[in-house]
Amino acid sequence: MKILVFLKKTPDTESKIQISSNNTAIETNDVKFIINPYDEYAIEEAIQIKEKNPGTEVVIASFGDESVRELIIKGLAMGGDRGLLISNEGLANLDSLAIAKVLAAAVKAEKADLVLVGKQAIDDDNMHVGPMLGEILDWAHVNVVSKLVLDGTNATAEREAEGGHVEVYKFALPAVIGANKGLNNPRYAALPGIMKAKKKPFDVKKLADLVIDAAQLQAKVIVKAYQYPPQKPAGQIFKGEAVDAMVAKVVKLLREEAKVL
Amino acid sequence: MKVLVFIEQRENKLKKASLEALSTARKLAGSAANVAAVVVGGSIDGITAELKNHGADTVFAVSGATFENYNIFNYSSAVEQAIKSFSPTVVLGMATPMGRDVFPRLAARHNAGIATDLIELKAEGETLVGLKPMYSGKAYAEVTFQNSSIQFATLRPNVFKADASDGAANVSKLEVAAADSKLKTVEIRKDKSEKVDLTEATIIISGGRSLGSADAFKILNEAADVIGATVGASRAAVDAGYASHEMQVGQTGKTVNPNLYIAAGISGSIQHMAGMRTSKVIVAINTDPEAPIFKIANYGIVADLFQAVPLLTQKLKELRG
Repeated sequence: MKILVFLKKTPDTESKIQISSNNTAIETNDVKFIINPYDEYAIEEAIQIKEKNPGTEVVIASFGDESVRELIIKGLAMGGDRGLLISNEGLANLDSLAIAKVLAAAVKAEKADLVLVGKQAIDDDNMHVGPMLGEILDWAHVNVVSKLVLDGTNATAEREAEGGHVEVYKFALPAVIGANKGLNNPRYAALPGIMKAKKKPFDVKKLADLVIDAAQLQAKVIVKAYQYPPQKPAGQIFKGEAVDAMVAKVVKLLREEAKVL
Repeated sequence: MKVLVFIEQRENKLKKASLEALSTARKLAGSAANVAAVVVGGSIDGITAELKNHGADTVFAVSGATFENYNIFNYSSAVEQAIKSFSPTVVLGMATPMGRDVFPRLAARHNAGIATDLIELKAEGETLVGLKPMYSGKAYAEVTFQNSSIQFATLRPNVFKADASDGAANVSKLEVAAADSKLKTVEIRKDKSEKVDLTEATIIISGGRSLGSADAFKILNEAADVIGATVGASRAAVDAGYASHEMQVGQTGKTVNPNLYIAAGISGSIQHMAGMRTSKVIVAINTDPEAPIFKIANYGIVADLFQAVPLLTQKLKELRG
């Protein structure tokens, strides 16, 4: 079996997001980048499947520029077998659908049986690529997966929906799975692992290497401008009084000023 | 513009947030005649009747045993049939687990653009322009469409008003065959209580690591019961094992948008605030007056939550009589 894991480079969760002076981009100079946290669950799941199913190959892939190489290597250090960097050279400002088309072409080229991704990236928070890959490949997809059981090429996945509902699906591979927190506990990539991972096979593919028509990649959704969320005026903070008096004041304000009770 | 709205249901009950999409569609379309709704489910006559005077003249109904349980292939086929029947410019839904599953698939099927989780939406001519939180709400992006014959969009729940008052909601039944489904929905299990989900809650009371144990969450539950709130938790509380992951509010948990958010013993990490900063009113209870949560709070109480929360519960009880 061949498992393809796609990871995305995203700003660290604690990063401050700075908008460029012309409002059309996010400044990236001072930002620390990480593997999108949900993608780590995808990598871990792939490695666990490999551990249970000898002969499985885990390919850690990402679409981007040379800077995603170190993140792919981190995935290899966790236990991936081979790296795959799909170069975005000459492809600026793709939207999620165009990216899904590129990734789908890579899945076909790799002849993967299972694709694992994070349920969403924490930069655009879109949750698009998993379902779109399913559609483009005409495969099953289950997103927001908190439990995955494989029995040969048959799979059972649990998807978290709202209100405590858990949808349980059965399907045959190939499939796309979007990992949620709770699926597993991702292992840390220790330093010796990273040294070793640098020696693992690593391919770089350009658009020309994939069967895809560049004309198909024109963005259909574009960002016109970025803005900061509106600043809230300073709140009324009570301190140093008897707790019951402060609670009474806040309840009164919630009722009479904010009108939410 | 013609707008088709995907109306969600669970267990044959209308998802109220869908009415927000319907009213928004009515505003974009300019008249109820240009709005259609599509309802998919097992037995949905009650829902189609409920849609009268909510903004749409037409309601496409797709029902039967095939559609009893949510299945991405069957549900997207059903919405697809409604798209064929109505030929909309825009397909609108909610950024809920179901909406966020169906819409990207349909957008890819139509080779069309999709904008997700919008907090503002308007039409410029026949083109949508929306505002979308990114980076967990640390920045907003103004997004628009180009070269897209159909525009797919989902709205963040509890942001848009459900205030449309016209629309005949004439029912048009669509016969849709079961799709060539690549997966089977075995069951839909209800894991937890009957409580409203965090993402749909109008009041949330969340606890942080300073609660110190899973048992201590009981004081939050008591307050929540009085005002019909849903209990949430910070990542620190979840990682410490005091609360389950489905209760987590924040960047790797849920993004919530209630009318009232009460943060008890939560200091306010960037990652927590990313998930709740758009709450309409925020109350913070914390012993540390320097806690970042006070910077975004409308009202704050510098006090021990173990003292303040039971007093709050008591006051709320008096209020509710």
